[in-house]
Amino acid sequence: MKPAPFEYHGPEKVAEATALLRDFGDEAKVLAGGQSLVPIMALRLARFDHVVDLNRMGELRGIQRQNGTVRVGAMTRQAEVERDATVAEAVPLLARATPFIGHFQIRNRGTVGGSLAHADPAAEYPAVALALDAEFEVANSAGARSVPASEFFVSTFMTALAEDDILAAVRFPVWGERSGFAVEEVARRFGDFALTGAVCGVELDGDDRVTRAAIGMFGMGSTPLRAADAEAALTGSAIGDVDVEEVGRTATAASDPPDDIHASAGYRRKVGAVVVTRALRRAIEECRAIEEASGG
Amino acid sequence: MADAVPVTMTVNGQRRQATVEPRKTLADFLREDCALTGTHLGCEHGVCGACTVLLDGDAVRACLLFAIQVEGADVTTVEGLTPTDGGLSPVQEAFREAHGLQCGFCTPGFVVSVTAFLRDHPSPSDQEIREGLSGNLCRCTGYQGIVNAVRLASGRE
Repeated sequence: MKPAPFEYHGPEKVAEATALLRDFGDEAKVLAGGQSLVPIMALRLARFDHVVDLNRMGELRGIQRQNGTVRVGAMTRQAEVERDATVAEAVPLLARATPFIGHFQIRNRGTVGGSLAHADPAAEYPAVALALDAEFEVANSAGARSVPASEFFVSTFMTALAEDDILAAVRFPVWGERSGFAVEEVARRFGDFALTGAVCGVELDGDDRVTRAAIGMFGMGSTPLRAADAEAALTGSAIGDVDVEEVGRTATAASDPPDDIHASAGYRRKVGAVVVTRALRRAIEECRAIEEASGG
Repeated sequence: MADAVPVTMTVNGQRRQATVEPRKTLADFLREDCALTGTHLGCEHGVCGACTVLLDGDAVRACLLFAIQVEGADVTTVEGLTPTDGGLSPVQEAFREAHGLQCGFCTPGFVVSVTAFLRDHPSPSDQEIREGLSGNLCRCTGYQGIVNAVRLASGRE
């Protein structure tokens, strides 16, 4: 239960970190909050000759609203996101997904970038980033680039990040005023990774038509999934005509969820449809409450 | 074998210095190098919460941090929560009174977590108490005594 020996590096600048990663290649591993990586090392599921710790890099922390997005530095702690007023107001889905992550002690160390780069298919943040079309700011020794969420998640624990890349920040689009968001999940115990879960966003125009719909699912495949068919069916429809149960079934119809000791694939598909329905229903209710408040 | 490196931090108000392997966790540093064995190790992979300590005031898993990462920081262990005159902290007192422990192995982690939790939620609801306790495992009490202890302590702090 002790990690294998490694050499520790605690760079204070992104350029130092990316230079170390360029030099060490696959012998190095980036350490963010450590809430998933350190258990993996302790259980000797993985060992690395070099650990590059990002915790000393202040430039990777912080939350700013800019140009219709909220930019969250990769090393921002989940606990900071949980209590941040900007996130709560401008990207409610990110704020509401946060309390589902582990326990408060985990969120005090766990980071936004760490959760996204770890890419557990049953984790909340990857589904939020995918559903909201977040943009990932990636840095390496050659420069910086931007990767859309739709291209970031490749497979279980695999992302578009190369060995010498670090995730620097993530930009989440801010939706219009008449929008509602909800997160629903089913887990064996509070704080566990979900057996299946869904995040939903709905935005309405002045005629109560859906102008934007986002449905992300987690625990339902090797990556978080986007329910594109269900979103397309929702977009443009009058909100009063939406059959939320039908949307739930459409969302999960094409999924191929895992079959494991925790739940069968059939269970996940069936319950997955229900959690999508519940999340969508709550997102719609929130839109309507905004309508009543502003119309009253 | 990676070379040992020097590390300095403040533990319960005292400056502590040691030369450690980079892979040494904060929990092992506290137990082996500081002889503070109140911080217990149950699972050593972040599940059980027995090793919970305060890092710059925030409750964290000491088994998921390397001591070297804590360079220059301020750590409080369960030993640091008791009043200097040797009595019990209000949370410890409440655990004793409400039978919030049996074998006691998990208790230091609970006491540290609950101390941080009550600081941030001085008047928690029962639901909040249960969510606040979710990150610590106890295999004897059935948790009811622990929930009662938190309720009791919340009235006192």
